Amino acid sequence: MNQRENFTKGLLKENQILVALLGLCPTLAITTSLENALGMGMAVIFCLTVTNLIISSIRKIVPDEIRIPIYIVVISTVVTIIDMAMAAFLPAIHKSLGIFIPLITVNCIILGRAEAFASKNGPLSSVVDALGMGIGYASVHIVISIIREVIGSGKITVWGSLVLDINKLFGSNETLPIFTNFFIQPAGAFIVLGLLLGIYSTIRTKRMKKTEVNKK
Amino acid sequence: MTLGEILTLAFSAILLQNVVLSRFLGICPFMGVSSKRDSAVGMGLAVIFVITLSSVVSWVLYTYILKPFDIVYMRTIVFILVIASLVQIIEMFTKKVSPTLYKSLGIYLPLITTNCAVLGLATIVATDEYTFLSALIYSFASAVGFLFVMYIFSTLREKMKNAPIPDGFKGVPIAMITAGIMAMIFARFAGVI
Repeated sequence: MNQRENFTKGLLKENQILVALLGLCPTLAITTSLENALGMGMAVIFCLTVTNLIISSIRKIVPDEIRIPIYIVVISTVVTIIDMAMAAFLPAIHKSLGIFIPLITVNCIILGRAEAFASKNGPLSSVVDALGMGIGYASVHIVISIIREVIGSGKITVWGSLVLDINKLFGSNETLPIFTNFFIQPAGAFIVLGLLLGIYSTIRTKRMKKTEVNKK
Repeated sequence: MTLGEILTLAFSAILLQNVVLSRFLGICPFMGVSSKRDSAVGMGLAVIFVITLSSVVSWVLYTYILKPFDIVYMRTIVFILVIASLVQIIEMFTKKVSPTLYKSLGIYLPLITTNCAVLGLATIVATDEYTFLSALIYSFASAVGFLFVMYIFSTLREKMKNAPIPDGFKGVPIAMITAGIMAMIFARFAGVI
């Protein structure tokens, strides 16, 4: 497998949320606004890249029996660094993500990639894999958060000042009745993600059938 | 604490601030282990055990060690080590003391280390200024809430196997939508408590 395939497999083909169904807790919890999704995406991409790099560099000296505790310690160290850095540089996002930053430690994706990829491959391909997987993960977050924020509040706010107000496009100053805050609430998260997963797997099975027919 | 306060705390943890449906913690086992009722209950019981113990231990460590020495930033590392070692101890302990309990809970114990409800509750309980008693009650009640939702959800999923569902939506997607409807119902408990 060349590096290009290694990078692109994480985007759609082996997307950790849509295909592997890993790391669903933050996907549901923090996608209430685009800003949160961007913050979480950056944190996960950074954490995944650094842990994959460290773990694949030490993979030959780690005894096989105690590899999982060692991976968890490495991951939680990196997460602590991210936690402190975000508290210092992005205090607003750090506050709204709250408990989900320390919880990156137990996000299945990080440990999953460490176990499935970084422990078997060299540092360069592990970093490429981490970037692909991380970007795939973050982009699903971004899609869900855009859906939820637009239907939920009728506008999108990024970095506090950049506002796209869809209500104004229709010439009204108040929130239109078609936008309901139901989608910001927990129930909306489950339903949006459920529909997205269903639609994606329908398209995927159709495509697989088509390629099978073409092969015949 | 009066009895009334204790009950309010417990019921709001079970119903209103349910770990799965309103805090979004522990979604992985909620989706992964809920297709059969027996395994859902087994997982729920193991989670009650681990969450209560690990939250209390984490609270003690946070209040009496991390805070006085001003090393609060170490909390994630300390808590995850506490949880991992506790799970290991519980596994060895139940194996020795009660093999029947080990048979029913044992297979779920290793999965619990990476259950984010455990680390999440330990962090919430330690950092949100709970007293020892309220930390104990809150973590126990939250874990009971997890078992409660797991049980309801697994019975729903057993029925759903026979329902005519479009192919792409079978399994997790339809389970997510069902969970969304359950979350809607649970959000309405706000008026009761």
